Amino acid sequence: MIARYQTILFVVLLAASVAMSIVLWQLRERAHQRLLQGEDSAPTQAPQVAPAEQATLIVANDADNSLLSQAQTLPLPQDPGARARLVLGKLLDLYAAPDAAHPVPGGAGSVGQVFLLPAPPLAANPVSQPKPPQPNGPQLAVVNLTGSFVASHPSGLEAETLTVLSICGTLHANLPRVTQVRFLVDGQVQPTLAGHVDLTRTYLTTDAVPTEGVHP
Amino acid sequence: MAVSLETRCVPPLRNRLAAIRRQLWAVAAFVAIAVSAAAQAPPTPPPAPAPQPPRFVVVLDAAHGGNDPGGHLANESEKAFSLALSVRLRSLLGARGIQVITTRESDSTVESNRRAEIANHANAQACLSLHGSQSGSGVHLFASSLPPAQPARFPAWKTAQAGWVTRSLSLAGVVNSALQHAGLPVTLGRTALPAIDSMTCPAIAIEIAPNRAAGNTKTGLDDPGYQAQIAEALAAAMLEWKAEGRQP
Repeated sequence: MIARYQTILFVVLLAASVAMSIVLWQLRERAHQRLLQGEDSAPTQAPQVAPAEQATLIVANDADNSLLSQAQTLPLPQDPGARARLVLGKLLDLYAAPDAAHPVPGGAGSVGQVFLLPAPPLAANPVSQPKPPQPNGPQLAVVNLTGSFVASHPSGLEAETLTVLSICGTLHANLPRVTQVRFLVDGQVQPTLAGHVDLTRTYLTTDAVPTEGVHP
Repeated sequence: MAVSLETRCVPPLRNRLAAIRRQLWAVAAFVAIAVSAAAQAPPTPPPAPAPQPPRFVVVLDAAHGGNDPGGHLANESEKAFSLALSVRLRSLLGARGIQVITTRESDSTVESNRRAEIANHANAQACLSLHGSQSGSGVHLFASSLPPAQPARFPAWKTAQAGWVTRSLSLAGVVNSALQHAGLPVTLGRTALPAIDSMTCPAIAIEIAPNRAAGNTKTGLDDPGYQAQIAEALAAAMLEWKAEGRQP
């Protein structure tokens, strides 16, 4: 036998829940209408597309151990770090192509980041105090490569040397303030690229002058 | 009695003192004459020993080894290829009377610092780091990319080669000539190889790739004739380098 007051309480709670459901449904409909009224499908701002500029790539060739300058028209952003990353991505895309003269798998995604820092002066005498870096002076580019790119890079003195030099040369060709380059792999210093070329040292971009290899 | 004794003992003592005085004068005169003669006469050099021929040592560094297989070549690993080339070249150089020191004789792990230590202790006239690769064509010769510097008595370990770069480039030129004379395609370059950068001797890295020269069918690294041709050319280059080193 259910008590009378329990029956009344049940009916009241049921009525309250039904009423709250109705109110909630109405609130949802109102919010939906408000969103539909606020949405404007017409474009209000043009997409940000960087203007196409001419970039210079220093492209390696395994056949004659040469570095050749090649002009490409690319939409380049204004930010120097993003610009460096995009240019290097294009260079590595060329190397990942099936008919590449310097085949290296990976492509544009192999460059994680490029950081640009004031270049420390290269002291001839390590004992002497180095001068502080100038704000508008030469820059050091730190290129962070992905581990998958390094793991799949062909092993060999010539192949590794050409990859490093072409990256250094391409950076300097498009960002003339970059005079020194260092490499990281997944954010860490790695001894060699693929078993040969030293990745712990600082490379000078003057070493990567595009010249044809010496051959008979 | 005492007087008689004195008169008997004094004359022999005086005679002895006089004799000693005469001997001292004679010695002093002899020394004076000898010194004056030595000052006037031209110096006579001591008999010179027979001139020894300069010691000529070549260090052969077979790259990789042990846990480090190096690159993957067509039918073998780079460590096996470089060791086989080192053994072959050691025999050829030994037959030509050249002393050879190798960094490894078996499939063992040798760190790059240890390779440089072996070369530096050998005080060698040429250090050849031997490599193999599937990319490119012919023989790739590399000298260190360190900028040339004056040889220092205590050079920094990682840039010790800087004082020898000029000689290393000369060595690369001699090896280039010998390889071209043997009809092999050659490319020259500079690289940053840790073992080479720490060596205090004329040092180059030699990377052998398949011969894909124009008009020539591809000759693989496993071709015995190709390997022998390269080894013979390198041995001839070392003889040429030895001859150049003796020239004034």
